[in-house]
Amino acid sequence: MMDQLFVVLKHWLVALAAPGWQPILAAAISIAAIIGAFASLFAVTTILERKGLGRMQNRYGPNRVGPFGLLQPLADGVKSLTKEDLVPAAADRWVFFLAPLVLVVPAFLALSVVPMGRNMTAVALDAGVLFFFAVGAATELSVFMAGWSSRNKYSLLGAMRAIAQMVSYEVPLILSAVTAVMMAGSLSTDEIVAAQAGYHHGLPNWFVLTPWGLAGFLLFLVCAMAESNRSPFDLPEGESEIIAGYYIEYSGFKFALFFLGEYIGMFAASGMAITLFLGGWHAPFPFLTWVPSYGWFFAKLLALIGLFIWVRGTLPRLRMDQLMNLAWKFMLPMALMNIAVAGLWHFSAPGAARWAACALLIAGAYLVLGRALFTGAHLGRRVYRYAE
Amino acid sequence: MPTLHCYLLLAALLFAIGLAGALTRRNAILVLIGIELMLNAANLNFIAFWRFGPHPEVLTGVLFVIFAIAVAAAEAAVGLALIIAIHRHYKTAHVDQMDALRG
Amino acid sequence: MTLAALIFALVAAVILGGAVAAMAFRNLVHSALALAVSLAGLAAGYLSLHAQFVGFAQILVYVGAVAILILFAILLTRGDEPGGQALFSPGFLTGAGIALAVFAVLARVILASRLVSAEIPLAPAPSVREIGQRMMSEDALPLEVIGLLLTVALIGAAILALREKPPG
Repeated sequence: MMDQLFVVLKHWLVALAAPGWQPILAAAISIAAIIGAFASLFAVTTILERKGLGRMQNRYGPNRVGPFGLLQPLADGVKSLTKEDLVPAAADRWVFFLAPLVLVVPAFLALSVVPMGRNMTAVALDAGVLFFFAVGAATELSVFMAGWSSRNKYSLLGAMRAIAQMVSYEVPLILSAVTAVMMAGSLSTDEIVAAQAGYHHGLPNWFVLTPWGLAGFLLFLVCAMAESNRSPFDLPEGESEIIAGYYIEYSGFKFALFFLGEYIGMFAASGMAITLFLGGWHAPFPFLTWVPSYGWFFAKLLALIGLFIWVRGTLPRLRMDQLMNLAWKFMLPMALMNIAVAGLWHFSAPGAARWAACALLIAGAYLVLGRALFTGAHLGRRVYRYAE
Repeated sequence: MPTLHCYLLLAALLFAIGLAGALTRRNAILVLIGIELMLNAANLNFIAFWRFGPHPEVLTGVLFVIFAIAVAAAEAAVGLALIIAIHRHYKTAHVDQMDALRG
Repeated sequence: MTLAALIFALVAAVILGGAVAAMAFRNLVHSALALAVSLAGLAAGYLSLHAQFVGFAQILVYVGAVAILILFAILLTRGDEPGGQALFSPGFLTGAGIALAVFAVLARVILASRLVSAEIPLAPAPSVREIGQRMMSEDALPLEVIGLLLTVALIGAAILALREKPPG
């Protein structure tokens, strides 16, 4: 009952309307629910990130507004809404205005195929995963529009870097998702989640608990970090490098929309990672199935967001050539190897043998590719030189 | 319900617009954009005939369009690489000025 | 007007508006962005014709990759310099006339044909599984050839656009 609370609520609301209007009302309710839930999650994530990063850097985060600074998102919202909306005189007005929209709309669209609970997928498409990647690809256009319309050499440079990065990391992202699609046998997100149902020996059937699933999950996460321009892949928008890159010239509400679009993209990518590898809304242990399905989904989502924040606070930024090398020379061969190993897994008999074989193959590929990339930059003993 | 004729006319109009642009505009990239529009008009034609045809379960139209999209993407990539290489030589992308066969 | 006719009119307006804008703008970047709008409209058209896979593939490939490629090429060939590209050139009338003639012939053929254009109730929209099975069984050869073609195009485009090292 608790599990299907929102579904029952939605059906009851839809039944109140006239028959001709019911599909539209159902769609409107789903849209409102997604926007409401994820915009609040965005507010929570901003404060979580700033406090979390602050603690990792041995300082308090914001702690003025409200108890322990928890009302900071409110202050941020008021600031961004009341700040003056500057448009550079030489900027291309229409493209400048449309760029944030072209970022935010596909980001929200991508959330519509993520199953957030039992029977709680907003749009149950037969080709859901393909739809997700298609709208993910459409966000790159907004990056170019923002960078070019500002008529600023630095913002154009940041936009070019950002697009090169996003395009390069799209390929291993899709290939690592292909593994999960292949093993589940369908592009529909509901069916992929259903393929991870059930438990054996007390452990769930999630794809992440197999060698190819773990490798695929890690690849997907790294590529998702790169796609949403988060540290350590935030060279295009690094605050100390290029002062916010392609959205230098944006202020006020448009800047807040860019911020929102990036975070919603992060949520959508995490949601897809949960769907593909972490078993969607399934509980991890059989004795925990009494917790509602959406509770598990959002718990996993918060865990992944925490992981993103943790990585941001820990790792230094990658240089552009290091970024591109990583994508093309390491992640792409790893993703292809992963697909082959997943095929081997599917066609061998269940048991310890296939576990060992697949794990060894993936570890071997990782070592070979890692060594091949590590040409010459050997870290020697630290040498201190002093001014004479 | 829009009939097959409506979709075919739309595709023909799109093809004509692409053709007009490819023939009249003088920048190489605009010519390529016109060619892409023509390819897309042909794809729309295929899908319309598949949908309204007698055997939509045979899926030939859909598969043909999938392959056509892939081929068009490859052709756009090579065409644009050619334009970039030529620009490096002629310092312009204006088709009227690329009129010498000898490098 | 029924809902289906309204959707068709909207999609057609986006497609044709984007196409005309793409071919008529002076600024190359605006032209390329209008092309992206037109291609997105076409994807909506495919979706309204129940070809889901093709619609999403259109967005993924065309809007997400080909449009970006065109924009990069515009920047690399200095197409975004102020002044833009002239719309009218010698031979404008010839080109427009040819396009008009082609459209006239096509329209004449379409309107005069006796195609049965009744709306045939569609069996459920082709599932991705069917498309996949067709691709792996009957259309496996075109699939492999396309793979080869894309590899060759990738390598060829990279080589063509590579900056040649000056001799010595």
